[in-house]
This record gives sequence, C-alpha cells and structure tokens, in this order.
Amino acid sequence: MKGDGAGTDSSPLPASILSQGSNLIVSIHAALDDEQLLRLQRDLLDLVGEKRSRGVLIDVAALDVLDSFAARTLGDLAYMAGLRGARTVVVGITPEVAMALVRLAVRMPLTQTALDLEEGLAWLGS
Amino acid sequence: MTDDRQTEDRRTEEEQIVESQTDQGGTEERDTEDEQTGGDRIEGVEQAAQVGHSDDDALLPELVSHLRDHRTPLRQQWAERITQAHLLSSMTAQEVFSEATSVYDNYVEVLETGSVQALQHYARDLSERIIPRGVETHEVIGIVLLLRDVLARSLFEKYREDFELLNRVLDAYEPAANRIANTVAVSFVEQRERVIRDQQDALVELSTPVLQVRERLLILPIIGVLDTVRAQQLTEQLLHGIRVHRAKLVVIDITGVANVDEAVANSLVDTVTASRLMGADVIITGLSSEIAQTLVTIGVDLSKMHTVGDLQGGIEEAERQLGFRVLKVPDEG
Repeated sequence: MKGDGAGTDSSPLPASILSQGSNLIVSIHAALDDEQLLRLQRDLLDLVGEKRSRGVLIDVAALDVLDSFAARTLGDLAYMAGLRGARTVVVGITPEVAMALVRLAVRMPLTQTALDLEEGLAWLGS
Repeated sequence: MTDDRQTEDRRTEEEQIVESQTDQGGTEERDTEDEQTGGDRIEGVEQAAQVGHSDDDALLPELVSHLRDHRTPLRQQWAERITQAHLLSSMTAQEVFSEATSVYDNYVEVLETGSVQALQHYARDLSERIIPRGVETHEVIGIVLLLRDVLARSLFEKYREDFELLNRVLDAYEPAANRIANTVAVSFVEQRERVIRDQQDALVELSTPVLQVRERLLILPIIGVLDTVRAQQLTEQLLHGIRVHRAKLVVIDITGVANVDEAVANSLVDTVTASRLMGADVIITGLSSEIAQTLVTIGVDLSKMHTVGDLQGGIEEAERQLGFRVLKVPDEG
C-alpha cells in the first residue's frame, strides 16, 4: 500500500488517495469546497490512468453533509472513471446524508453505492 | 426709593399671597364641602353596594344550603333528565346515578367554596374513568348543563315570589355555574386529548418495526395509513436499521397499507433511493390488485423498483439473491 499526495496545488486536500492492488481508495476527511472537489476529480482521473486502476472506492463516511454539487461531482467522477476503465463505488453515506440527498432530489443514478469500506471492497473484488 | 418700592412690592406680593391663600382656603373649603356632599353620595352608593354585596355573600351559602337540603329530589330529577336526553347511554342506570351523586356534591361544594381545583381534579378523574367507555364530549357537557338547568329551575321555584331577590340569586349562581361547566368541559377535553396523544405516541413507536430475518436481510412490514410524516420516520428508521444490521437487502411489505396515493408512492420511491445510497437494495411486496391499478392510473413510475407479489415471494427472492437456499429436511424414518 502506498500513500500519495492528493494534489500539487497550493493547500493540501483534506482527502487522501491510496493505491491498493488494482484499486484506488479515496478517503475524504472533511467537507471539500467546490474548487477542492474539482481538484480531487482531476487528480483521481490522472491517477486512474497512471496506475491502470480497475476500481475506485470513495469513502465519504466522515462527511455529515453532502451538497448537491458534491453529489453531482462524485456521480460525474464515477462516470468518468468508468470511461477510463475503472468501476467506482461510493461508500459510507450516512442515513442523514441519504435522507438529505433524497429530499433534495439529488440523483446519483450511475453511481454504485455500498454501506462501508468492507462492502465496497467486496463489490470491487467481485 | 428702590428699597421702598421693593418693600411695597413685597408687601403687595405678600398681601396677594395671603389673599390667594385665603382664596385657596376658600376654594379648599368649598372643595371639601363638595367632596363631603359627594362623599356622602358615594358612601350612600357604597352602602347600597355593600348591602347588595353582603346580601350576595349571604345568598351563596343560602343557595348552597338550599341545594343541600333538596339534594335527593334534585339529584333524582337530574338523573331522570339525563336518561330522558339519552345521555351517557353507555353506562348503566346505577352508574349514572352514582356519578350524578358525586358530580352533584362536587358541584355544590364548588359553589360553596369557589375553588375549582377540587372539581378540576374530580373532572380529570371522571374523564379517565368514562373515556374508555366511549362517552362523548357532548354527553359530558350535556349533563353538566342539565344539572345547571335543574338547579336554576329549582331556584326559580324557590324565589319566584320575589323577583328582585331571584335576580340577585341568579347573579350569584350563574357565573359560578358557568365556571363549573367550563372547568368540567375543559378538563374532559384535555384528558381526551392526552389519551389521543398517548395513543399516537404508542402507535408511532410500534408502527415501524425493522426486523432482521436472515443475516443482512431486513423486513419492514408497513401497516395502516402512510402519510408524509410517517414515511419520513419510517425511512429514517430503515436507514439506521440498514447501518446497524449491515443489511444488503430490505423487503418492504405494504399488504397492510390501505391506500396508496401519489404522495405515498413517491415517498416509497424516496425510501428505496435512500436505501440504495446506503448500499441496500429494496424489494417491495404486497401490492394489491387495487393498488397496482391505482398506481398505473395515476401514472406513478415504479419501474425502477423491484416488486414481488407477496411477502413470502419477496423473502424467497431475497434469499436467492443473498445466496441462501432453504432446504426441507426429509422426514426421518
């Protein structure tokens, strides 16, 4: 397993991207603003090509808020990663976040979701 | 010269002051005279009021003792009126009579003491006893108003010779009686509301059990009316259940839901969507033929939802997806 700096821009992202086998594991530690989200998206897509990853797992368990922009960006990210050959799963959505997303009518139709890291890895491995 | 003039001025001033003082004194005297005469008048009125007041004070005990003396016939009359009006029909005649007795005694006591607290307490007690028996609000208010009428009628009877006195008696009686009727009615309604609230709370607690039937398989049987508030609550409970039980599949059974309209269907879709975000798939079972027709008629799109006919089918399907296989053990021997 190898840790990887998230970005080359000014401030470090409150998120880390780890490479494990053929998968990339993205762990988001704190709420990201729009700019940081786009940076994460860019960095991750670069890494998918660089590492020839087959799967991407995004863990949002630390987030107690997921706004519509973040949800859409994650959905886009999943789709883009799929275009580059990596299946993406978003894990760790809390009941509160799930309720909020449904209430805001935010749809993540192309995004696979799983309960937690373990479930997500199981899905990627299957 | 200037001094002289000043002293003159002063003198005149002093004189003027003295004059004005005497003037004032005069007016004061006149005023006091006026006040005295006015005071006499007021006192006269006050005296009259006091006479009336002490009269009223005396009236209430008199009234109370009258009601006490005629307790038996009045109570009897009241109980008869209650039966005639078909009130408290869910209670036996004996029960009506014993309740009537205690209400009567309480009523007279409140008239005597003016303290509604004891009555409030009694009314709450009474409500607690009679609400489970299906006594309606109009009945309770009805019997209290009947008692009020019966007593007022007996007062008419007693004082009809002296109209003035009757007027005063009613002045004393009516506000107290109204307050009593008010107190009883309010206590009853409050008690009733409390019962309803308690039942609602119990219903909310019991209404949405999230049950695990297999490892990672939950069932959620929904019974009764599904409104927006309950759907929200149900979704919350389900999502927490998914996290706690690490569920991969949920079977929601809506056999017990009487009516599915557009709002309910949409809230079900939301529930399914939220569950998917938590990584659990949902199977909906128990859509009756009426509900299926309704949904198609009102154009709710349930194509994204996985539905199975009944709960058994839903659980079997879920077991299949989770990799369980149920085998019947062959009879031994």
